[in-house]
Amino acid sequence: MRCRRCENPGAINMRQHKLSLCDVHYPEWFHEQTQRTIKKYAMFAHAERILVAVSGGKDSLALWDVLLKLGYQADGLYIDLGIDRGTAYSTRSQEKAAAFAAQHPTARLIVVDIRQLYGENIIQVAQRRHRPQRPCSICGLIKRHEMNRVAFEGGYDVLATGHNLDDEAATLFGNVLHWQVDYLRHQFPVLPADGQGLARKVKPFCRFYERETAAYTLIQGIDYIEDECPYAVGATSLAHKATLTQMEHDSPGAKMHFYTNFLKAKETGLFAAEETAPELHSCSQCGQPTTAPDLCNFCRLWEKLSTD
Amino acid sequence: MHIVYHDKEWFVEQEMTVNQMLKHLKLLPESVLVVRNGRLVAEDQKVQPGDEIKIVSVVSGG
Repeated sequence: MRCRRCENPGAINMRQHKLSLCDVHYPEWFHEQTQRTIKKYAMFAHAERILVAVSGGKDSLALWDVLLKLGYQADGLYIDLGIDRGTAYSTRSQEKAAAFAAQHPTARLIVVDIRQLYGENIIQVAQRRHRPQRPCSICGLIKRHEMNRVAFEGGYDVLATGHNLDDEAATLFGNVLHWQVDYLRHQFPVLPADGQGLARKVKPFCRFYERETAAYTLIQGIDYIEDECPYAVGATSLAHKATLTQMEHDSPGAKMHFYTNFLKAKETGLFAAEETAPELHSCSQCGQPTTAPDLCNFCRLWEKLSTD
Repeated sequence: MHIVYHDKEWFVEQEMTVNQMLKHLKLLPESVLVVRNGRLVAEDQKVQPGDEIKIVSVVSGG
């Protein structure tokens, strides 16, 4: 397989696109495709300020790298969750994010330390909520709140995450298996700001396979944390990914069609938002929008912890 | 050649394609990338004795 652009040996072959590219032309293609997705879903403009949620993994660091190379004003946000489990996972992840920022003079990294800010890290919170082995839902709740808070307080126009097509297809697969219509309504590459404090959220890598973002980081020499979160072992989403990867192996393009045809169907009205969407209020403590009448889920969590 | 994948390693003295190597190791090409002597290579490329091979898993999340 020769590179379609120069005839040199291919570094990556993408069977779903019937496209092979060398390590010189692959980054070029990757930048073009990212820009195309940003434009297709009207994610943001060059004049806007972007906050990239950076975990130290391949997707978020690749996203930060591409946005900077495309000339966007992109700062990084790393949230120190305090995950260790004998692997120093959070410490090592933060080191990768910090090393990336240090190598890029225009990159500014904001670090939020959950323990420093709230007195406990997510593992301690999960232990107190009797979920020591599976802190994922608490982790997700805290991350979402903090990402939104930093974006709002920092005056960012948009919050970008490194979700790739495999992430989105696995989420879609899970939501379809259980017919979670509410989640299907909200799954899209762009979630608009609500005008009351929830930042616009975008996923510029939503049309790349996970393999493609990994290839980009390897070719660009971006050092990322290869290990998984130690609490992700046995996660349902990983089982869904494995199923979809087997389907992709048997039928190239299966994952891409599954996800992109869902997006096309949504654009024609499938799973349209309910006319009577739940009303949002400001949380009486933190001020972030919530459907709950008083405290948002995040503040309710800390309140419960303080009374335990 | 010396092949590393996660915390496993193999020594193989036989020329083959990346695809054949992955098949031997029962890995789907869709779930990994192969780095030969520091450079990413596609599945039809040859790997041979003396090569340093790193197989990188591409799956993340949870």
